[in-house]
Order: sequence, then structure tokens, then C-alpha cells
Amino acid sequence: MADVKKIATRESYGNALTELAGDYPDLVVLDADLAAATKTGIFKKAYPDRHIDCGIAECNMMGIAAGLAASGKIPFVSSFAMFAAGRAYEQVRNSVGYPRLNVKIGATHAGISVGEDGATHQCCEDLALMRTIPGMVVMNPSDDVEAKAAVKAALDHQGPVYIRFGRLAVPVINDRPDYKFELGKGVVLREGKDVTIAATGLEVCEAMEAAEKLAAEGIEAKVINIHTIKPLDEELIVAAAKETGKVVTVEEHSVIGGLGSAVCDCLSQKLPTPVLKIGVNDTYGESGPAVELIKKYGLDAQGIYTKVKEFLA
Amino acid sequence: MDTLALKKTANEVRKGIVTAVHSAKSGHPGGSLSAADILTYLYFEEMNVDPKDPKKADRDRMVLSKGHIAPGLYSTLAQRGYFPVEDLKTLRHVGSYLQGHPDMKHIPGVDMSSGSLGQGISAAVGMALAAKLDQASWRTYCILGDGEIQEGQVWEAAMFAGARKLDNLVLIVDNNGLQIDGNIEDVCSPYPIADKFKSFNFNVIEINAHDFDQIAAAFQKARETKGMPTAIIAKSVKGKGVSFMENQAGWHGAAPNDEQYAQAMADLDKIGESLQ
Repeated sequence: MADVKKIATRESYGNALTELAGDYPDLVVLDADLAAATKTGIFKKAYPDRHIDCGIAECNMMGIAAGLAASGKIPFVSSFAMFAAGRAYEQVRNSVGYPRLNVKIGATHAGISVGEDGATHQCCEDLALMRTIPGMVVMNPSDDVEAKAAVKAALDHQGPVYIRFGRLAVPVINDRPDYKFELGKGVVLREGKDVTIAATGLEVCEAMEAAEKLAAEGIEAKVINIHTIKPLDEELIVAAAKETGKVVTVEEHSVIGGLGSAVCDCLSQKLPTPVLKIGVNDTYGESGPAVELIKKYGLDAQGIYTKVKEFLA
Repeated sequence: MDTLALKKTANEVRKGIVTAVHSAKSGHPGGSLSAADILTYLYFEEMNVDPKDPKKADRDRMVLSKGHIAPGLYSTLAQRGYFPVEDLKTLRHVGSYLQGHPDMKHIPGVDMSSGSLGQGISAAVGMALAAKLDQASWRTYCILGDGEIQEGQVWEAAMFAGARKLDNLVLIVDNNGLQIDGNIEDVCSPYPIADKFKSFNFNVIEINAHDFDQIAAAFQKARETKGMPTAIIAKSVKGKGVSFMENQAGWHGAAPNDEQYAQAMADLDKIGESLQ
């Protein structure tokens, strides 16, 4: 895939905010001294009066967003996933979630693909944390096209939304004329009868590559892109489980509490099915180039291929 | 409303507080009673609000950052006509809209859900910022506890408010000197409170929380102050008005039994009679 265009979804985030600002006059953007990294700096340049730098104080930033939303604004709160979902968890829960305020959380630098900064900044727990908050929509787009569509969907949704973006440039895989983003709806990218691979975020691309490797050996994998972790497209998951009998989930997130858990929560009640959860195995990340880390943690196409083969054996 | 009428109203607010907490068999009377005069002044004199249109766009906002004194806020709102005084007896009961801590989704007149200490002030700062962004003239008020300001988030919010010169924001610190574990100075002293806010670029005013003339003058001075937010440090008596609750940390979060309730109401009736 060397010739495919690559864009980091944090870049898509900054661009989408800027492109949509004209149509959404109530949209304001908050950052905590990371505008250069979260790419809201792009928005700041175009709309300096609507960009509020709160300084290095994420908990206060989340509360300010709540106050802005209570006064009719649509704030996008931007920080690294570790600080937006982690440090400010209780502010998200009590000041945003409980009053069901119209706050959008744009969390960049999620997962181990943060790379060299290492474990302190690699949040592999954010989906789990955000998923437990009643009424919270949780999205994890797979590429540039989807990330921008997710920002638009968040703006059109009334209520709190968490969107996960990455630091690493990832291939653009959804650039096709018939692409349509529907909040809460999974997307079947490949049909197959032997196993379902449900992937999210940058793992969607890796899962597609793994499916090609499997196909070369006669194993037909159905690949589903789950861009919305909550509400989960349970109908699609159950139908796919019924069709293939086995389900694999893939995410750049802990195997505890994220997509894998959401799928298991669904299937254990509606259609008990063997599930293999591929993700970060209840451990911290480490420093290193993002691509090498993804490989080391078994989250590249080769790693997925190997685990799916073992699972099916 | 003249001072005598304010005093009478505040006394009725206090009766509602003890009645609600007695009915709930739990809740926070001490801090509700210490802030009753401030709450009364805010909703009956200072703030531009309309009980018939609780969400009108240009209303002044109030965030009860020390959300546990919900009985104080609810009793004030009920007296002001947002909902029936009789409903105060449903406080904390299953199915009642009067939740243990303020819930903006279900309670008319509540501008922000609060209760987790340190968080309300940030929301108030966000509201004041929203008014600035829209060049609107409505103002935001926020009541904090003196124990609550031990929370670091309070100072994150204060730093932002001072740096952004939010002169449409007024904080009131209910300085009753007591928190759950005892005297605030013994637990983890927040003093000097006034100097702290001054160093965060606030206009600081120190008053007696139970003197309506001082309360009125403070809010007036806050309106006149441009280019910086105001912090009113209001020295109060925890449990004010109920003889056996005054200055007792134990009445921070405890409900009176039937006998104590009768005594409390008798105390307040006596005060009411003296206000003729």
C-alpha cells in the first residue's frame, strides 16, 4: 500500500473543524496548550476568536466546555486521549455526561501509535472509560474521510460525543463516491463466510490486509468497520456472527473494555459465539516508532493474520 | 425588596431547608443555612431571572459549585416561585425531581448540575465566557464552599477567569469555616482566601454573609468593577438560624430527628416573629 495517500486523523480533525465552522456558527474549539499537536491550530488560524486555549488544565477545560454548552455553544474539547478521557474522566462523567450537555470531545494521540513519547502518553483505556458513561456516543474513525464525517456527525448529534483520533498517518481507505457515514452503523468492507473480523480505527486497514492474506489460503473473512463503538451496531454484529460462527475483534486499545468487550457484551446476550479479542493485552505501551510498535504488539496485518489462523485451527 | 423583606424571605428559605432535610432524613443543612441570605439576595434582588421562563436566554446564571447545599438552592427557588414549596418535602425521595444534588435536566431554575466539588466553578467560567463571546450582558454567579476551594480545579478555573478578565463573573465563597472533618484550618487550611483570589487577578470583597446591606454593596461593587472577575468572601455561620446547629461541623450532613426538627422550626419562628 506504499502508493496510498496517508493522513493522520488528528489532521483530519483540525481540517474538518475549519471546514465546518462556517456552517455551524456556535462551534467553538477548546485546547489545553496542545493546539499544535491536536491540529486545532488549523482552526485557530482561521477562526482565532472561536479558539480558546485553556492552558494546561484539562479538568477545568472540560468544565468550561460544559458551561459553554449550557449556554448554547457547541464546544469541541481537544487534548490527548490520555488527558481528555483519563485525567478529566470525572469531569466528563459529572459535568458533561450527567447533564447530557452538547459537548464534543476530540481526543487525539490515542493508542500505542503515539510512538516515541511512550506509555505515559499512550492511552489504551479511553474507549473503555468513555463507553461506560450513559448517553455518551463513542466513535473511532479509520481514516481521513471517516474522521471528517465523524466530526460532522458529532455536530449534528445533540448530546455528548467522544471521538478518537490518531497521531500516525494512516492510509485513506474510504475515499469512494458512495461512502456514507451513519452514526451507530457498521460498514461491511468485505464479505466472507469463515470468520468475521470486526475492526475499528487504524486497525480497519490492517484487518483488510490480513483478510487478503487469509483469502490467499482459502479462508474467507468478512470484514466490518465499526467506527461507532457506542451505540454499537448490534444488528450487524449478530447477523455476522450468525453467518460466520466465529468473530474476531481488532483494536488499538486494551482488550478490556473496548470494541472487543462491546462485541462480547452483545453476543453473550444475543447469540453466544466464540470471540477472539485482538488488542493491547492488559499492558502498557512503550517508546518506539509507531509502525514498529504496532508490529511488536501484534496489531499489524501479519499479527492479525497469525492470530486469526490460530483461532480458526 | 427592602432589608426587612429580604430577612423575612431568608427566614422562610431556612424553614424550607430544615423541612426538606427532615423529610429526606438526610442532606446538608449546615451549609444551606449559612448560604441562605446570599441565595435569597441573589434570586430576589440581584439576578435577572423569571420563574415563569426559567430558561430565558438573557437570564443571569447561578452555578451552585458546593452542590451539596441543594436544599438551600431548592428552598430559595421554591420561595421565588419556580416550583411549589410543598415539593421540598420530596427531597431525596425515590422518583422526586429534587435530587440530592442539583440536576439541571429536571429542576426548574437549576442552571448547572453540580455536586462533585470543584467542578461547578469551571462551568460558571464557561458560561461567563459564552456571554463574552456573544457580547451578551447577562452575568454568572457561582457559590463555592470554603472547604471546596481545597480542590485544585477551583484554582485552574480562577486562573482562567482572571487571565480572561471575566468581569461578568462573581464568585461567592461561603466562608463558614467548617467542613466534614472539622475546622477548615485544621483539615487543610485554605487561608488566606482573599489574598489567594487577589493573586489570581480577582477583585476581592470581604463581607458578613448575614448582613444584607453588606451583601448588596458587594454585588453593586462587583457590577461596577471592569476588567476583572469578583470574588466575594462571605464570612458566615454554619447552621445559621437554628440554635443547636450553629457552628457545629456535625450538622454539615445530618438531618434533624422529629424533636430536633420541632426545635429548629421553633427557633426560626421566633426569628420570624422578631422581624415584624
